[in-house]
Formats: sequence, structure tokens, C-alpha cells
Amino acid sequence: MTPEEDEQVRSRQKSRAILTGLLLGALVILFYAITIAKIGGAE
Amino acid sequence: MASSPFMDRSSTPAIPAHWRDFVALTKPRVMTLVVFTGLCGLLAAPGHLHPVLAFTAILCIAIGAGAAAALNQWYEADIDAKMKRTAGRPLPAGRMDRQSALHFGVGLSFFSVLLMGVATNWLAAAVLAVSILFYVFVYTIWLKPRTTQNIVIGGAAGAFPPVIGWAAVTGDITALPIALFMLIFFWTPPHFWALALFVKTDYAAANIPMLPVVAGEVATRRQIWFYTAIMAAAAMAPVLMQLTGLIYGVTALVGTALFVLFAFQVLRHRETDPSRMKPERRLFKYSIIYLFVLFGAVVADRWVLA
Repeated sequence: MTPEEDEQVRSRQKSRAILTGLLLGALVILFYAITIAKIGGAE
Repeated sequence: MASSPFMDRSSTPAIPAHWRDFVALTKPRVMTLVVFTGLCGLLAAPGHLHPVLAFTAILCIAIGAGAAAALNQWYEADIDAKMKRTAGRPLPAGRMDRQSALHFGVGLSFFSVLLMGVATNWLAAAVLAVSILFYVFVYTIWLKPRTTQNIVIGGAAGAFPPVIGWAAVTGDITALPIALFMLIFFWTPPHFWALALFVKTDYAAANIPMLPVVAGEVATRRQIWFYTAIMAAAAMAPVLMQLTGLIYGVTALVGTALFVLFAFQVLRHRETDPSRMKPERRLFKYSIIYLFVLFGAVVADRWVLA
């Protein structure tokens, strides 16, 4: 693998890691909101 | 037919796929109609669903559709490579390996179904699961490479969203969501065959038995007319069964009359040069507007008239 390709791999890995982190954060908020909605509906 | 994608370990790109290619794998543009009809099914249903849960239900329908699209592209990578329209997709273009697409599609499928079950109810989740399985196994793997009627039966996969949206609210499936299912089911053949008439060279190159390629254009025009007639009956059925109100009744009557007129023009047209197929392009474009407007009218009936 050339240095350019190596750099591209790292760049892709970084962008995918950032996106995965953002998606996980969004899921945490979504599951929290679902839980609140479900508890509210049950009361 | 696709060549054993189950066993494929070849052509793994050295560089991992860009996240944008994973998004492209879900066919976001096709998702628009699926999300819209699902939302309409949800909004037309009697009862109340918490906005967060309603948002989650629509999100699950979108993710499920994206999962099915990803699995479709995983299976059809070699077919896509032969068509100009699809050769630039992540798999045929070599920007992603097949196994990543398979894992992505299966992962999204399980996630969407489980989230739907937890957030709303397990009937909606079951229908979502059936729609994904139907699209992948019945349409993509079984029917599409084998019969000219592929999109007739396969169109059922795209007809599930309003049923899922409805079931997410009510927990049951009654006559109106079934009528909406039938409307999309019979709308699909004229919609896709109108497209297939003016892009048939692409399907011929990939050896897909699209109706115009195998049976010819005249037969396709007759089939478009035939399914338009059934679709018109399906569109008017909710009115005759008094499942909808005045807004849908008037919209369906006028909208369907126009659809029938455009389909009749396609039936009478005898042009073979795709660049001169104006009535076919008009029917294809109008069919999209038609479905959006009719589903909007179903919702308007419930929210405006109520």
C-alpha cells in the first residue's frame, strides 16, 4: 500500500468512526425519548 | 442471474468504503415514496401515537427500505455492472466489497424490525419483516431474473408501508390499509413498465426479462392499460366502500381519470424510438404525482374533514 493509499484508509476510517459516534449518540437520545414516551403512555 | 453472491469473497477493495457509499446503498431517493406512503398510513389511522413513537415508526420503515435496497444491490452487483444506469453504484464500481453490503443490509434489517417492535407493536414489526423478506427473496432473487411479471408480484413489497404505518398506530389491519396496499400494488406495473419502455436498452443489456424486452412494446402497452384499469378500480374502492370522505373521493376521481387518459395515450402510441416516447415519459412522471396526491388526500380526509 502506497503512503497516499494509507492516508486515504486512515481518512476513511476516521470519517466512519466520527459518523458511527454521532449515530450512537443519536440512538441514545432516541431510546431515551422512546422510554419517556412509553412511560408517559403507560401512566 | 446474479452469480453466487453468497459465496463471493473476491474483489475486496483495499481501501474501506466511504460512508457516503453506505448511504447510497440504501437508495435514499426511492425511499421518499416509501416514507411518504408509510407516513400517510400512520396519519390516516384512527387513534393516537406519541409523536416520538410515530417518528420512530417512520424511521424504521425508512431503515427497513434502505436495508432491502442494500440487500438488493448486494445480490445484483453483477447485473448492475452491465447497466449504464446502475454501473456507478458502490458495488459494481468497486468502491465497496460485497460482504460489507451484505452485513450492512442484514444488520439494518434486524435493527429496523426490532426497533419497530419495541417502539410500537409486533404486528407492525412483523409486516415490516415480511416486506423486507418479500423484496429480497421473492422479488430480487426469485421473480426478477425469471419472469416478465416480476414487478407485478414484486410490487407488493413497495405496497406494505401504508399497512405498516397503520398497524403501528392501531395494532391491527383493517379494510382501508388493505385498499391502500392494493392501490400501490396495481399502480406499480403501469408505473414501472412506462419507465421500462423508454429505458429498455438498459434492461436488455443486463438480460433482465423486463416486459418490453421479452414480449415487445405493443404487449407492454396493452399490459399497462390492463393494470391501469384494475388500479382505477382499486383507487375508487375506498370511496365505494365508504372508507374515505369527499376529499379523497373527488381527488381519486379526477386523478384516476387523468391516469386512465395518459395510459390510453400510451396504449395508442406506436413509437419505438425511446427519445420520442413523450406519452410514456408523461405517464411515468404523472404516476408519481398521482400516488403522492391520492395518499395526501386520504390523510386530508381524516384530518381536515374530522
